[in-house]
Amino acid sequence: MKQGSSVALKVMAGAGFVFLYAPIIALIVYSFNESKLVTVWGGWSLKWYVELFRNEQIMSAAWVSLKIAFISATMASILGTLAGFVLSRMRKFAGKAMLTGWVTAPLVMPEVITGLSLLLLFVSLESMFGWPAGRGVTTIVIAHTTFCLAYVAVVVQSRLASLDETLEEAAMDLGAKPTSLFFLITLPLIAPAIISGWLLSFTLSLDDLVIASFVSGPGNSTLPMVIFSKVRLGVTPEVNALATLMIVTVSIAVIAAIVIMHRQNRFKDANK
Amino acid sequence: MSAFPNTSTVQTQSVPTWRQKDAKPFVQIEQITKQFGQFTAVNSVSLDIYRNELFCLLGGSGSGKSTLLRMLAGFEEPTSGRILIDGVDMTGIPPWERPVNMMFQSYALFPHLSVEANVAFGLKREGLKSAEVNKRVAEILGMVQLGHLAKRKPHMLSGGQRQRVALARSLVKRPKLLLLDEPLGALDKKLREETQFELMRLQDELGITFIVVTHDQEEAMTLATRIGVMNNGDIVQTAEPHEVYEYPQNRFVAEFIGNVNLFDGTVIDDERDTTSMRSADIDGLLQVDHGISCAPNQDVSVAIRPEKIRISREPIDLEVNATTGVISDVAYMGSQSIFKVRLNSGKEIRITQPNVSREMGNRLTWEDRVFLSWDADSCVVLVA
Amino acid sequence: MLSKLRLGRTAVILVPMLWLAAFFFIPFLVVFKISLAEAMIAVPPYSPLLQWDSSNAYLTFKVTFGNYLYLFESRFYLDAYLSSLKIAAISTFFALLIGFPIAYLIARSRPTMRTILLALVILPFWTSFLLRVYAWMALLKKNGLVNDFLLATGIIDQPIQILQTDFAVYLGIVYTYLPFMILPLYTTLEKMDLNLLDAAQDLGAKPYQSFFLVTLPLVKPGIIAGCLLVFIPAVGEYVIPALLGGSDTLMIGRVLWDEFFLNRDWPLASAVAVVMLIVLVGPIMFMRNSNKEAE
Repeated sequence: MKQGSSVALKVMAGAGFVFLYAPIIALIVYSFNESKLVTVWGGWSLKWYVELFRNEQIMSAAWVSLKIAFISATMASILGTLAGFVLSRMRKFAGKAMLTGWVTAPLVMPEVITGLSLLLLFVSLESMFGWPAGRGVTTIVIAHTTFCLAYVAVVVQSRLASLDETLEEAAMDLGAKPTSLFFLITLPLIAPAIISGWLLSFTLSLDDLVIASFVSGPGNSTLPMVIFSKVRLGVTPEVNALATLMIVTVSIAVIAAIVIMHRQNRFKDANK
Repeated sequence: MSAFPNTSTVQTQSVPTWRQKDAKPFVQIEQITKQFGQFTAVNSVSLDIYRNELFCLLGGSGSGKSTLLRMLAGFEEPTSGRILIDGVDMTGIPPWERPVNMMFQSYALFPHLSVEANVAFGLKREGLKSAEVNKRVAEILGMVQLGHLAKRKPHMLSGGQRQRVALARSLVKRPKLLLLDEPLGALDKKLREETQFELMRLQDELGITFIVVTHDQEEAMTLATRIGVMNNGDIVQTAEPHEVYEYPQNRFVAEFIGNVNLFDGTVIDDERDTTSMRSADIDGLLQVDHGISCAPNQDVSVAIRPEKIRISREPIDLEVNATTGVISDVAYMGSQSIFKVRLNSGKEIRITQPNVSREMGNRLTWEDRVFLSWDADSCVVLVA
Repeated sequence: MLSKLRLGRTAVILVPMLWLAAFFFIPFLVVFKISLAEAMIAVPPYSPLLQWDSSNAYLTFKVTFGNYLYLFESRFYLDAYLSSLKIAAISTFFALLIGFPIAYLIARSRPTMRTILLALVILPFWTSFLLRVYAWMALLKKNGLVNDFLLATGIIDQPIQILQTDFAVYLGIVYTYLPFMILPLYTTLEKMDLNLLDAAQDLGAKPYQSFFLVTLPLVKPGIIAGCLLVFIPAVGEYVIPALLGGSDTLMIGRVLWDEFFLNRDWPLASAVAVVMLIVLVGPIMFMRNSNKEAE
């Protein structure tokens, strides 16, 4: 069976990978295209990269997005770690089932609903309490923290589930009170999960268009909002350049992370 | 299997504490019950353990022994009952405030900390000065011969080394009571034997009371000053190792520890220094050399260990404690042989014989007709 | 001591609880509330449910179900819901069809190869969703690479319209959500004991029989998880139909967006969201329950 179907399987899977990567590769190649007409090849050029860095609208939106992503990811990591910890380490408490639902639902909730509901909340809050005054970076950060929190919680929860609980019991047995237990034992052991949760949150926040469109105010366009407004009108070469830069950066980071993890695992296996 | 070495510290003391009438127990477990939902893990257990004991809780999986240990450490709160350690009621006292340390079955070494930092963890929680911490860590690592590995991470150690780090980490705080959950379970047979003696040496040197949970009867026999045998959440017998083996109090203990042959019988004569029983299992009468004070015609079981039965092809002329049968199976084990003998009643019993001579010629073998006999002081009558 | 402990415990539980209550749960109640209001030209653009009439000292409570009635009376919204469900379902099916062989191949590869392939699946997931959708625009245009390719191979003799069709939307959804399908499939396939297949064949099952009788039932939880992870967000998708779909591509996420941003009818947009949520509650609960079973 393994030999028989493997050729067909490899062809099918290979086609799947081509499907995944062809658009990205085409995009990267065309970012170096001299011609303004995206689909006509006019020779190699870095022209659009220069244009990109001259484009103040994109640059300032990128700065706003990076700022929002950094704050949201950090807040989401803190709150998400707490949520994941509560769900996997606290025995029954009132509202546990509810919390479980609130943590898993944002993962699949259509963004238009999340965006709309948060905007309506902010508007109502403002008319009732005067806060938040207008919408902008603060409201986007709250929105992003909320949906990224869920991702961090899930990652942390699954890490905690696979963690040997006797390690925590041993620490208590040796005299560690709950706070020192958490900071000295639990936190270092789930740190990799929190870091990947942070990175995931950072990219999700950087990438979000729909929710940000709902909860942002005038003059606070994030990078995806600027890209979207440009792209809606058609393919633009600067966006190709921007996309290439983002994809390359992320790829290098992801590949580096995988290589490091792979090495560490091999090292551990060798010493088992 | 037949003879368990009993090298515990009992011999060094004149009269063991637990046999002294007015001795004050160190750990008092009073009517402890633990329920998980509908399931009763520990059922109203009471137990006194004395200072300097090495007490073994012996039982199969699900017998409640680990739950009892976890309640001593404070990881589980009893549903009812209470535990006193050195006279102090432990109810509501969290694990980090109990004068108790535990060595975990999985060792539970912190993977992100070095051997040294693992051992120092508990001392630092006490707020000791770092000079004092370092001194005591070095001392205990020396004691378990791991001084040279102090900087290593746990994953760079062998199983036996990890076990010793775990032991050092739980001992370094000088607890009044050390709990050990299957301390030798993860080691291979040879290492296990060495470590057993190591554990006993340390216990003797440090004068700490040990409570060991184990499912391994040989381990319990070797280590323990006393054994508490657990079954279905109850302690079914608490006694010194040789008593548990030679004088089991009930069928469960007799069958759980070592091998045993059980005959069903009915009491026909119960006197002060002898009891006679009739059994359909054997040809003659059963007789034990002590009274059992029970109603006449009561149904009982008589237990006799395989090594206490004499086996021979020569006919013997005995009316009591003797029977005949045919060898149905032989297993040669090197130092001894095991015979299975089918009695006339159809019951099959087990007999072990040391192989005292090397010659193979005249050995008992399949289908031999054999005569079996035993002494009246070799059997135990079990009412329960 | 113990009460201090309980206090700390409660605080740790309350922090994420309150955050999610405030910014995830309560917003839905607000949406529901506003869906019962009427649109009006004001700031904010809807009528208040409770109004205090100071001259007469009346508290009026005004609720309208008009938005919901409108949704059901108008063919347009019903069609949008049905079309969203159809598009999401078909896309999910194709994602499963394409994702399964990939997941299967990864799970059966040697460890090093497995890491590489897995990285290749995860990598697009980390790169911008918006930009990956955008990448297809360049490919699918009238003078894009796909048309060039089809023309060059002689399959077609004049450029065809691919961009701004439903087909482009299917393609976009399958493409962007494929990693969500592959990862849960891979996780269950990887856990499967290969000896089971050997055992099945030893007992006389042909390869396709052992696939349908052994592999598929064992991978069912992964299939369900993967399908729901694609289906649920796809129903409410906005970016993909907006960029790749035609003006006649009806998807409810897009309808909601337009109702909100173009028509500024907040109450109607809220009603659209509430109904969408009700439609999706079933699959979401189902996902939670199957998660619990898997644990």
